[in-house]
Amino acid sequence: MATTTAVRPVMPDTAMISGTRQWSLGKVINRILFWILVVFIIFYTVFPFAWALLSSIKPNAELFTSPVVYWPSAINTTFYQFVLANGDFLLALRNSIVVSVSTVLISLALGSLCAYAMGRLQFRGKTPVMYLILSMTMFPQIAILGSLYQMIVNLGLYDRLPALIIAYLTFTLPFTVWVLANFFRAMPGELEEAAMVDGATPFQAFIRILLPLAAPGLVTTGLLAFIAAWNEYLYALTFTQTRARTVQPAIASFSGNTQFELPWGNILAASVLVTLPLVILVLIFQRKILAGLTAGAVKG
Amino acid sequence: MTQGVATAPLPQPAKPGRSYDLPQSGWMKARERLAWLLVAPSILVVVLVALYPLLQSFRLSFTNARFGSTRPELYVGFDNYARLAQDNVFISALGHTLVFTVASVAIETILGIAVALIINSNFNGRGVVRTSMLIPWAIPTVVSSQLWRFMYNQDNGVINDVLVNRLGILSSPVAWIANPSTSLSAIIAVDVWKTTPFMALLLLAGLQIIPGDVYEAATVDGASKWQQFWQITLPLLKPALLVALIFRTLDAFRVFDVVFVMKGAALDTITLAIYARQTMIDEQYLGRGAAASVVIFFCIALLVIVYSRLVRVEET
Repeated sequence: MATTTAVRPVMPDTAMISGTRQWSLGKVINRILFWILVVFIIFYTVFPFAWALLSSIKPNAELFTSPVVYWPSAINTTFYQFVLANGDFLLALRNSIVVSVSTVLISLALGSLCAYAMGRLQFRGKTPVMYLILSMTMFPQIAILGSLYQMIVNLGLYDRLPALIIAYLTFTLPFTVWVLANFFRAMPGELEEAAMVDGATPFQAFIRILLPLAAPGLVTTGLLAFIAAWNEYLYALTFTQTRARTVQPAIASFSGNTQFELPWGNILAASVLVTLPLVILVLIFQRKILAGLTAGAVKG
Repeated sequence: MTQGVATAPLPQPAKPGRSYDLPQSGWMKARERLAWLLVAPSILVVVLVALYPLLQSFRLSFTNARFGSTRPELYVGFDNYARLAQDNVFISALGHTLVFTVASVAIETILGIAVALIINSNFNGRGVVRTSMLIPWAIPTVVSSQLWRFMYNQDNGVINDVLVNRLGILSSPVAWIANPSTSLSAIIAVDVWKTTPFMALLLLAGLQIIPGDVYEAATVDGASKWQQFWQITLPLLKPALLVALIFRTLDAFRVFDVVFVMKGAALDTITLAIYARQTMIDEQYLGRGAAASVVIFFCIALLVIVYSRLVRVEET
């Protein structure tokens, strides 16, 4: 091994391999510290949700003991049964699904058209349009809360689902346009030329060639828009009361007046039910999500 | 046609935003018309549901408008803003927001860099770490706030149990959320948990574009790991770092969910966004609340301008 160091070539991969093969005491300690840190990072990020999962299946008595009972003595599903039999919660779940899916579909339909123009076409007024959209991705939701509330009440949409869909478009649509425009811009320039040679109109070129190629981008932005709409709280809390209440304000309003009154078992069961689909989606699409997030953030 | 075909085989990738200008004027005109047709629906939505309400908020902030009041709406100049300046709750909300923003962004940035450096090295199980790091980000803020409230619980929360019964660091359990001296820090800790992994993932993307041979050359020159970090990693990471900082600061400054779910509008943790909502919706003082939200808007606009200057300086 000593000879390896002496003639170590200045190549990244070989250097890395020879580096990991030297087992001096310092290296071993470094390696152990490294793995402790890695395990700590995983523990730190995963623990709260794992704890919620574990606590939500504890028998009620073990949920409120001190010292804390870490491993449940039996599996108890009564919290889940209660939540899934609760009409208010089921309505909220249905409302969340309707609002999130509608928001995503509208954002993608309108956003992909706009993004194609922004990413591939030259036209006068493109720069102001770009600035308008970019500024809309940055301004705080609270800045329009009052006037949007007034608008929604005047239109008779208070406590109705369209109010939330409209409100959510304010952040999902600019984001969709921004990320998809970058996506279209990165496609090779000859695509439309080839279509043009075949006698296609610009719109046909978009629908038949570019849009199918953009499918991965559509999936990513759609997923990110879905998560944003599903997790939204401020507008849902302000623009709905009962009929159109979504899951986030429903879970938040489990709060009682004192800490002793809180039905923690039900809160945790509802939290797990609302989060599990998201966690599964994220695990399946993690590569796409990371790519979409870095595209949105780094290029934005 | 011939030109189009002739340029096609060139191996160079198309430069973004250019090089599709074809000489065929019919196509060009059709494309310009098409562009406006395609952009119009999105612009219409953005103008109607975002830009118009935003301008309306500016206007309302100069009026005495109230919800559900038959009293005529009057222009009152800067009265609302003057009242905000004299309102102790507003001043403390501003203070909490600043503390929250500076503390959470600083901690998240430093921890984020550290975590990104750790997972940037090649090891088995790197994918598992990256996956686990997306989980806090994916959990809705309302849910994670409730989970942490459960863990912070004074009598049977896991945090007090570990600190008092298992490790013996504290002699008696602390009411982390209820106690005004720990509440804001406890909330910042939740935000750090939720956002550090996300920050680390953004920075990791920035780290991965730094070529490995730069470090090799530095090692040959005898630079220590510590020197390499300050002389190579940090300067090359700066663009990614600045962008991550912009997004984090903007998010932190308008913080609402985590604080409101854990504490409602309690005076020891109230933030600007909670103050604005409370004034507009619950107390129905639309004008004064709009003024508070305009203040938030301008603080954020200022941050965007300062940061984008920094980015531009960085790029030139």
